Amino acid sequence: MTTLVEIQNLHFSYGDRPILSELTMVFPRNKVVAIMGGSGSGKTTILRLIGGLIAPNSGQIRLEGHPIATQRSAALYQQRRKMGMLFQHGALFTDLTVFENVAFPLREHTNLPETLLHDLVMMKLEAVGLRNAAGLTPSEISGGMARRVALARAVALDPQLIMYDEPFAGLDPISMGVTANLIRQLNDALGSTSILVSHDVHESFAIADYVYFLSQGRVVAEGTPAEMAISDHPYVAQFVNARADGPVPFHYPGKTLAQDLGLSGGAQ
Amino acid sequence: MTVFLTSLGAVVRTWLAELGLAFRTLFAIMMSGLGLWRRPRLITDQIHFIGNYSLVIILVSGLFVGFVLGYQGYYTLNRYGSEQALGLLVALSLTRELGPVVTALLFAGRAGTSLTAEIGLMKAGEQLDAMEMMAVNPLQRVLAPRFIAGIIAMPILAALFTAMGVFGGYLVGVQLIGVDVWEDIGNGVIKSIVFGFAATFIALYQGFQAKPTPEGVARATTRTVVLSSLIVLWLDFVLTALMFK
Repeated sequence: MTTLVEIQNLHFSYGDRPILSELTMVFPRNKVVAIMGGSGSGKTTILRLIGGLIAPNSGQIRLEGHPIATQRSAALYQQRRKMGMLFQHGALFTDLTVFENVAFPLREHTNLPETLLHDLVMMKLEAVGLRNAAGLTPSEISGGMARRVALARAVALDPQLIMYDEPFAGLDPISMGVTANLIRQLNDALGSTSILVSHDVHESFAIADYVYFLSQGRVVAEGTPAEMAISDHPYVAQFVNARADGPVPFHYPGKTLAQDLGLSGGAQ
Repeated sequence: MTVFLTSLGAVVRTWLAELGLAFRTLFAIMMSGLGLWRRPRLITDQIHFIGNYSLVIILVSGLFVGFVLGYQGYYTLNRYGSEQALGLLVALSLTRELGPVVTALLFAGRAGTSLTAEIGLMKAGEQLDAMEMMAVNPLQRVLAPRFIAGIIAMPILAALFTAMGVFGGYLVGVQLIGVDVWEDIGNGVIKSIVFGFAATFIALYQGFQAKPTPEGVARATTRTVVLSSLIVLWLDFVLTALMFK
């Protein structure tokens, strides 16, 4: 089993605010790896770092053993040809039809004749079940459909690495199940590697081979979904069982209620 | 005194950093625009869009500015018995000044704001990031074609404005006298190109640097109109001083 993406001892901060620290992760080929954690735990930042949209303060990210190149460099654009990314809300081009959205990367990077391009786009749309929506615009389709179109677009050039940013957020249960199945099927059919960023325990555990749990920018637990489901790590247990209070407190940290009401011993 | 100096220093530093970022972006857009010679279609499509955005408002404004110039000019010249110079007055004011300047102001208000909002919303909707992740440089694919199209569209729009204005002046004042081709029309075209450069870049830059939120896009759109108008009027003064000494 070889490694496609490797993150070593990575640190990243926005100004003085640390987002990720001492991060080490491995993403083996042909696997679906889930990164889970609460909102603001730095999950999406990891995908943006792997994609080279932002650069780490220290540490390394390697794709096929090569470090991710610097921003706007030709080498980085070469590396991105091997990646596909599904953004949280799809990020479809609103001025283009569904067909043209999926055709976009093919038109930009290949010189295929129109008939072949048409067939390729239709096959990708068939894979996500939206061949008959080819002529619609993004404003005419639902959020779940938009995400499937974006998925077809992300895999248009058959990438080795597919990254999913919160693919289940805001979807109804049916669309959620459809999307989860698609992620697994596409990964296995294309022989690619998937990184899934999500906070949806049920769907992620159902399709992932391995799970990393992230809290405050650090990996706090990792293992197979089965191991995580019975983990006694306090954070994982709180997260998996959706408890309101635990290591992640219900109250935003700061002064106590008594202090705020002026009731503490030393009230002035 | 120290506090005043510190805050003055901070303001100047922020301003310089902003200016530096703007010039770096301008340079990056111009460099990536060089690669577009293989895909002229991207530029012609944008000329079509940008031209269409502003065409109606520019034609109608041109006609009415011509009417007013003709009417007011006739009123004044009539006092000195020089009504025959009305055509010269209308045509000169339009080709030299009003054509390029009013066109640029209308362009900033109509096409400029559309460009800022379009780019800002693409940024807010992660479309620019999605493009980056598809290994397509948004500066080259989205910003550069619009920038070049704006520079090409502006003189054409200014010429149409001037033509409509002269026609309006003609309708009011009837008589028309010729203008010097290079001295007047040539300089008017140069002004238009400079204004096209400035107004389009400001619109694109504001959109590209907008905060990716609805408020951010709204603020960027407002800034486009204010900044473009001020810069166009300032550039007009500088260019007029240089050209018609």
